[in-house]
Amino acid sequence: MDKTLAGVKVIEMAQFISGPYCGLLLAGLGANVIKIEEPSVGDISRRCGPFLDNRPHPDQSGLFIYLNSNKRGITLDIKKPTGRQILIDLLKDANVLIEDMPPQLAQRLKLEYEHLKKVNPQLIVVSITPFGQTGPYRNYKAYAINASGIGGMSCIIGDPKREPLTPPFSLGNFQTGIIAANAVMFALTGQKKIGRGQHIDISEAESWAIFHTGNVVSSFIYSGRKRTRTGHRTPSPYPYTILPCKDGYLSMIALRGSEWKRFLEIVGDGKVPEWYSSDERFQDRLKAGQQYADILDNLLAPWLMAHTKKEIFARCREEHVPFTPIRNMDEVVNCEHLNQRGYFKEIDYLGEKKFKVPGPPVRFSQSLWNLSKPAPSLSEHNVEVYCEDLGYTQDQFRQLRNLDVI
Amino acid sequence: MLYRLNFLLNAVEDVVSPYPLEGYRIIDFGWAAAAPRATCLLADMGAEVIKVETRKRPDPVRFGPDNLTRDPERDPLFHSINRNKLSILLDLTNSQAVELIKRLIKMSDVVVENFSPGVMKRLGLDYEELKKIKSDIIMISFPGVGSEGPLSDVVTYGPSLAGLAGLDSLVGYENERVLGMQQAYADINAALHGAFAIQVALYHRERYGEGQHIEVAQIETLLSTMPEPVMHYSMNGRILETIGNRNSMMSVHNNYRCKGEDKWVSIAILTEEEWETFCKAIGDPPWTKKEKFADHDKRWVNRKELDRLISDWTITKTPHEVMEILQGAGVAATPCEDTEDRFLDPHFQERQILIDVEHPATGVDWVPNVICKLSETPGGIRRPAPLLGEHNDYVFGDLLGLSKDEIEKLIQEKIIF
Repeated sequence: MDKTLAGVKVIEMAQFISGPYCGLLLAGLGANVIKIEEPSVGDISRRCGPFLDNRPHPDQSGLFIYLNSNKRGITLDIKKPTGRQILIDLLKDANVLIEDMPPQLAQRLKLEYEHLKKVNPQLIVVSITPFGQTGPYRNYKAYAINASGIGGMSCIIGDPKREPLTPPFSLGNFQTGIIAANAVMFALTGQKKIGRGQHIDISEAESWAIFHTGNVVSSFIYSGRKRTRTGHRTPSPYPYTILPCKDGYLSMIALRGSEWKRFLEIVGDGKVPEWYSSDERFQDRLKAGQQYADILDNLLAPWLMAHTKKEIFARCREEHVPFTPIRNMDEVVNCEHLNQRGYFKEIDYLGEKKFKVPGPPVRFSQSLWNLSKPAPSLSEHNVEVYCEDLGYTQDQFRQLRNLDVI
Repeated sequence: MLYRLNFLLNAVEDVVSPYPLEGYRIIDFGWAAAAPRATCLLADMGAEVIKVETRKRPDPVRFGPDNLTRDPERDPLFHSINRNKLSILLDLTNSQAVELIKRLIKMSDVVVENFSPGVMKRLGLDYEELKKIKSDIIMISFPGVGSEGPLSDVVTYGPSLAGLAGLDSLVGYENERVLGMQQAYADINAALHGAFAIQVALYHRERYGEGQHIEVAQIETLLSTMPEPVMHYSMNGRILETIGNRNSMMSVHNNYRCKGEDKWVSIAILTEEEWETFCKAIGDPPWTKKEKFADHDKRWVNRKELDRLISDWTITKTPHEVMEILQGAGVAATPCEDTEDRFLDPHFQERQILIDVEHPATGVDWVPNVICKLSETPGGIRRPAPLLGEHNDYVFGDLLGLSKDEIEKLIQEKIIF
């Protein structure tokens, strides 16, 4: 196996999740990723946790450790003229810059693409912002809950009478990160054709609004049907629902009538229960899903509440019914299937304790995926990058430190 | 002389294709969501994606819930995620059809499939076989839980994978019942990672001269984007439950009801500075000065009351009014937009998140635009989603060199079907 992106130099001047996840995907495939953080403050994900025993420490945040393995970390104040100049030096032979400055800040610091391409015409600049580089909201502020709200994701999660729910944690930022990684690959391939770099404009709101929910708008234009929140079910042919059982919840989706019939036979011990087969209202599954779902939920409840997730899942597998348990995080992390596949990776945490983190999102047979180097502590690779890579003398280095540039 | 050289170079640049993946050919056995969405990204960037379909078992997305006509050429979701692709018909249960597809694969770079594990092997089209046809072929598969392991036989749909991966266990109002994502979220996440993986494999092949097989086990791909709940458990043994709109770093972090029917605004406040400008922007009402809201920790403890007080203010305004007032003060406030809102939003309109393309069956489709904006090789939407078998003549005739009569015969014999 070989490192697909060996020799690709990436400068990551981005924090939290979107930019760093993009950088992580490139680092995992062998790119040389140098992460720039603000002196003494650092990436905001250093303050996010989770932390062991809930003891916050900037070098021990689980999120930061996961997202920044195999990167070298330096500190640099790009708002100071000297700092800006050092960044320019770093970019002279870089292939990719991942940055998440608000557009007006990039403009103020003269770090927009128009300036950077003069320094290095081959450079690929990925700009990640909440709303993109153009449009009336381009300078607006947004966190994950804002991006998912305006991007149309929240309005379809939750109860129709209550507030929309944002997807948990920072799923949207990860979507932005993988979109940015795709864009980097488009540009690396494009570079071979056009012989130069380019600027990529990535918007966190559009990570939802285009790829996840764009087709919902397309369908609305076509059919006039507006998608809204529908609670624990979708008004499709019954069942397309999540229902409680004895010790948790089950995801019950039957796209085919035959699957649903086989489940009813499990409930009725080999025969579709009388209460179902004799009731005219349930015979059209779509009508049942749209009008009588509450009644059906209640009729199924006694059987469901008498059985555990495990029991129901086992019976469903035997009968080829595609119903699956809603697993809690302990069941997921301890899952025999995932562990036998060697999915989780164990990270050594300060020599104190090992703990599991998610493994590679994709399995390649020939491209080596390797994240064995731990995430950098704040400014860990300053000497290595400034003195060895850029060739600054000890005196210059000391001076930069004294001037709070690094 | 130098001037003339520059002129020539500029002229060359002018005709450079805006499609970075032009020249790559992808054979797409994908259906439903994950694989077709992955190849959609690559087709947008110029790859020639040939979708292999059959009338015997058409892509169910051609008959989705928003296709009110039941005409396979009029499904808006199908049109959204299959634009820019070509379609051929082949009944792969016929051995002659398999031979034809093998000839086509010999001329291609990538093979994409998201059948249940084992189907490609039964067709004689698994990676080991394909390698014999073309030694540097790239193949990608999207098994729900993975091709190997104790659960590999489990049939999953996109929405149920969010349950198996634990994501659904977090989705619901704080400490109330599980509601779940209610959508094929895992498929879309897998599609984005799959498109990236295909590009990585193409880059790898250019560099090292070898193809490879890629497995996107959707449950794993989803978990790789959920490190926080995984680590809350693996580090501290903490099993998270439904978390609603809660975020422990922000005591103001919710969707607040506004004027109008089902209208909401998302407001999130991270720093003390944002809190202060927020208070000022809403006119410094007396409650903002109360001791119980004096710092983050206090606001966190009293967040339910705080949410109620903020709602009392937002309910008097439209989401856009709240956005204008609060963004002006540097506070993250944005409308929580529904389907229609997004179509009408001036920012999204200016950035063209949707784009119209003529389609022979519907007249015009509005489809989601390319997912990212590249300045030099932006890609684009060159053609609408294909009709069933629309490109039979091009593929079987121009690419494979069959005569009109031979193609006609294969149609008669229901091999091209």
